[in-house]
Amino acid sequence: MFFTEDHEYIRDLAREFAEKELAPIAHEIDQTDTIPQRIYDLMADMGFFGLKIPEEYGGQGLDVRSYVCVMEEICKKSIAASLLMSSANSLSTAPILLAGTEEQKKKYIPGIASGKEIMAFGLTEPGAGSDAGSMTTRAVEDGDSYILNGRKCFITAAPIAQNTVIFAKTSPEKGSKGITSFIVDMSLPGVSVGKNEVKMGQHGVPVSDVILEDVRVPKSAILGEVDKGFITAMKTLSIGRIGVACQGIGISQGALDAAVAHIKERKQFGKRLADFQAIQFMIADMETKVNAARLLVYNAAYLMDQHKDVTKEASMAKYFATETALEVVSKALQMFGGYGYINEYPIERMYRDARVLTIYEGTSQVQQMVISGIVLK
Amino acid sequence: MNILVFIKQVPDTTEIKIDPVTNTLIRQGVPSIVNTFDTYALETAAKLKDADPSIKIVVATMGPEQAKEALKTCLSVGADKAYLVSDKAFAGSDTLATSYVLSCVAKEIAKREGCEFDLIFCGKQAIDGDTAQVGPELAEHLNYPQITYALEVAVENGSVKCRRETEDGYEVLSATLPAVVTVTKTAYEPRYASVKSKMAANRAVIPVLTAADFEIDTNLSGLKGSPTKVKKTFVPQKKKGGIKLQEETGVIAAEKLAAMLSEAGII
Amino acid sequence: MSENKNLWVFIEVLNGSAKSVGLELLGPGRRMTDAMGEKLVAVVIGTGAEAAVKSAVAYGADQVIFVEGPDYNEYSTEAYTYAMEQLVKKYKPATILVGATSKGRDMGPRLAARLKTGLTADCTGLDINPENGVVTWTRPAFGGNLMAQIECPETRPQIGTVRPGVFKRGTPDNARTAEIIKENIPVPAGTVRTTLVEKIMEAAEGAVKLEEAEVIVSGGRGLGKPENFSLVKALADVLGGVVGASRAAVDAGWISHAHQVGQTGKTVGPKLYIACGISGAIQHLAGMSGSDCIIAINRDPDAPIFDVANYGIVGDVKEVLPALTEAIKKLKA
Repeated sequence: MFFTEDHEYIRDLAREFAEKELAPIAHEIDQTDTIPQRIYDLMADMGFFGLKIPEEYGGQGLDVRSYVCVMEEICKKSIAASLLMSSANSLSTAPILLAGTEEQKKKYIPGIASGKEIMAFGLTEPGAGSDAGSMTTRAVEDGDSYILNGRKCFITAAPIAQNTVIFAKTSPEKGSKGITSFIVDMSLPGVSVGKNEVKMGQHGVPVSDVILEDVRVPKSAILGEVDKGFITAMKTLSIGRIGVACQGIGISQGALDAAVAHIKERKQFGKRLADFQAIQFMIADMETKVNAARLLVYNAAYLMDQHKDVTKEASMAKYFATETALEVVSKALQMFGGYGYINEYPIERMYRDARVLTIYEGTSQVQQMVISGIVLK
Repeated sequence: MNILVFIKQVPDTTEIKIDPVTNTLIRQGVPSIVNTFDTYALETAAKLKDADPSIKIVVATMGPEQAKEALKTCLSVGADKAYLVSDKAFAGSDTLATSYVLSCVAKEIAKREGCEFDLIFCGKQAIDGDTAQVGPELAEHLNYPQITYALEVAVENGSVKCRRETEDGYEVLSATLPAVVTVTKTAYEPRYASVKSKMAANRAVIPVLTAADFEIDTNLSGLKGSPTKVKKTFVPQKKKGGIKLQEETGVIAAEKLAAMLSEAGII
Repeated sequence: MSENKNLWVFIEVLNGSAKSVGLELLGPGRRMTDAMGEKLVAVVIGTGAEAAVKSAVAYGADQVIFVEGPDYNEYSTEAYTYAMEQLVKKYKPATILVGATSKGRDMGPRLAARLKTGLTADCTGLDINPENGVVTWTRPAFGGNLMAQIECPETRPQIGTVRPGVFKRGTPDNARTAEIIKENIPVPAGTVRTTLVEKIMEAAEGAVKLEEAEVIVSGGRGLGKPENFSLVKALADVLGGVVGASRAAVDAGWISHAHQVGQTGKTVGPKLYIACGISGAIQHLAGMSGSDCIIAINRDPDAPIFDVANYGIVGDVKEVLPALTEAIKKLKA
C-alpha cells in the first residue's frame, strides 16, 4: 500500500546487490575495518549514492520510499555499506540542499551523488551530544573570512572526507540561535582529524574527531544564513532519522532470517529448536515487532513523499525500529547459543552493529522528547 | 556492428527442491531467471559495446508472455532492444525445432531493425535443459560458423576471435563473420542494473513476434517439427546412506574410519 | 528409415590416441548392437590416429571407418561435420553415439541439424528396443533434479552424446581383429570458416584427470577458506588420488573450474570418492554418485551428502582431515 511497482523493482535490484556482493564480504568488512573500493564503485554505478538527490545535481531524483527500499535491503546484509549511502543521500547533502546557494549545490552535490567525493557532517562535540546547542566551537568574523576553532567528535567518514559541514557558534550569547554552518575543506591549514576510533561495531567506515585550529574559511563557505545553522542541523537530523530507522528494520530482518534458518536446522534433545514452544514464542514476538516497526518506517517515508511535516512520525519510526533492532538481534543471538557468541557467525557482528542505532542521530531519549513534546504541545 | 543475443527464461534450478512425499519436483515458488550462461553472453556483448558504443545489442527469446520479465532484465543491463517470440505453434519444440524458429527470427529481426547481425550470441546451454544444442543447431540453420564454450570474445579485422574452454585446456579460435558464439561462464560477472536503467527497462514496450509475423514453416516447429520426444521424466533414486560416525572428537572418528576402510579393503 | 542399420561410436582422438569416452561407449554399443543383431562400428577421424583405430578394435568394434587426411589434422566443427555427413549418407547408420566432450557437444548438434534428425545431449543411460531399434536415452535435466527419457522415433540416425565416465571401459583384447575401412573425404574449399589460432594444453602436472582417477578427494565450502584445500591435497596425496571440488568452492574462486565435479563440472566414477565439507547439493551428486565407495565428512549431520555416502563422519573437516591423513599414513607404513 506504500509502494509502487518502481519501488519493488528498485528493491529487487538492491536485494540482489546485497545478497551477491555484501553478504559474502560482510564479515571481511567487519574484520578488516575497510569497505573494498569495488563496493563504492558498484554502489555509485547503480545510482545508490544519489538516490534522492535531485537530477539537476547529478542524483537520481527519486523519492524517500525508494531510498527506504534500498537502505532496508542493504542493511539486511551490511550496515557498514549502508553508511556510505545514508551519508551521501542524507547527512552530507541535506544541509546543502536545505540551506545552500545554487552555486554551492552545483559545486558540491554532483561529486557526492556520483560517489566521487565524501562530505562529513560535524555537529557533535565532546561536551555537546544530545544537547547540540551547547557546542563550544567558535567562528569569528575577520574581514572577508571567518576563523574557526574547536573540536568535533564521532564524525563519520571524517578521515576520508574532502569536506565537512561544521557547525560553529558565531554569536555565543544567543545560544542555539547563534550557530552558523560552514562547508570546510579538509585540506585547509589548521584542519586535522583525530585517530580512527575503535568502535564496538559498524566497522568499515572510519569515525574520528575533527580538530579546527585557527582555520580561516572564506565567507563563501557559509551555508545558509549566519546564526541560522542550528535549524539546518535539526532539519538534517530529522531527515536522517528515516535512514537510521531503515537500518533498524533492515538489520532486524537480517537477524530474524538468520535465526529462522538456524533454528530449523539445529537439533537439541532430539528435536529442532524450531519445535520448542519457547523458541516459537520468541519468533512470534520478533516477527510482530519487526512488522510494526516496518509500518512506522514506511508510513513516515510515505508522508515525507507527500511533503507533510513528519517530525513526530520520523522520530517514532527511528525510536521503535532501533529499539526493536536491539531486542531482535539479542533474541536471535540467544537462539544461536554459543555459536552466536563467536565471530564466525554473522549474528555476532549484527549484535555489535545494531547497538549504536539507539544512540546516533538522536538517542532514543531524544526521540522520546521529540514525540512527547509534539503530543503535549 | 550489431549483436543479437538469444536468451532463455528458466526456473532457477539451484532453488528447485524435491517433495519428499510424492518424490516430484516442487516447481511452485521457484523464481524465474535469465539463464545464467545467457547473462554471460549478454555481458560479453555489453563489454564489446563498452569499447565501441556504436554497437547495437538486440535480445530475443522464445517463450510465454511472462518471459518479457527476462527480457526486461536484459534491457536493464546492456541490451538496446528486445523481442519476444511467442506462438502456440512453437510450443513443445525440441532443440532442432527451437533452433529453426530462432534462425527465422534472426532474419526477421535483422529486417525489422534494418541491419545485419555480425554476431549471434547464446549461452553455452540452458540450466534447465542442459543440452547445449540450440547454439550450434542455430548456426547450422543459418549456415554460419560457430564457436562454442567461449570464455573471451574479441572482434578484429572482420573476424571474431574467442578463447574457448576444452577438457584439456584452452584453445583460441577465430571465425569469419557473421558467426554464432556460445558463451560459458566468463571470468567477469554480469553487470548490475542501475536504478535508472532498471526503471526504464520496466517501462519498455517489448514487441511480440507470432508465427504470422514472419516467414516460417510451422511444420518444422513445435511438436510437429521435433524429432525427439520426451517419453517420461522421473526423480532420480537416492542411494541409501551407509555408516555414519559421530564421535567425541574428529580425531577419534578419523581413526575409526581409517580402520574400517582398511578392514573393508578399500585402502 | 528401415534401411538404416548398425550403431556407430564416434571415437574422439587426442594426440593420435582414442579418448577414453569413445572406448567406454563401445561397451553399451556392443550390448545394443547384440540386441539388434547388427554391427558395432567405430568412426575415427584424424591424422596419424592408427593407435585410436587399434584401440577401437581391441575394445570391441566390428568395423572401423577411418577418415584420414590433412583436413583433419586438428578438429574443426565444419570439417568433421562434413566428414560425418558424407559417411552417414553413404553408410546410413541407425544410431550414433558421441562422447559428450567439448568437441562432441560442438559437433553433435551441428551434425544433427544438418541431418535434420534428433539428438539427445549428455546422456547417462542407454537402452534399445530390439523390436524397432528405438533407443531410449536417459539424461539428467533441471540441474540433475530430474531424469528424462527421450526417444527419437521417426528420424534416422538417432544421435546421442553420452557423458564421459558414466560407462566403465571394458577389458581390451589386443588379439581382436576387425574390418578397417579407410575413407578419403577431402573437404571442399570454403567449408571451414574457423581457424585454430592457438591451443593451450594445461601443464601435465596441473592437468586434472578427474574422469580417469581412481581416488578423488573433493573439497567444498565447508573447508572455510581456500588455504584449507591443502588438507584435501594432503589426503589425496596419501591415497594417490586427485583433488576435486564442489561448485560452491569453484564459484568462490578457491580452486579452478577444472577441478569441479557435478552437473556443470565433470562426472566421475572413481573407486573411492571422499567429499570434504560438501553438503551434497543435487548438482554435485549428479557428478559423483556413480563412485564405487563414497566417504563424506561434514559438520551438519543432516547434509544430503550422507544419504549417498557409504561411510560418513559428522565433524569439522579441519579437524578430521589431518587426522584421517595421519591414520592412513600409519596404516600404509
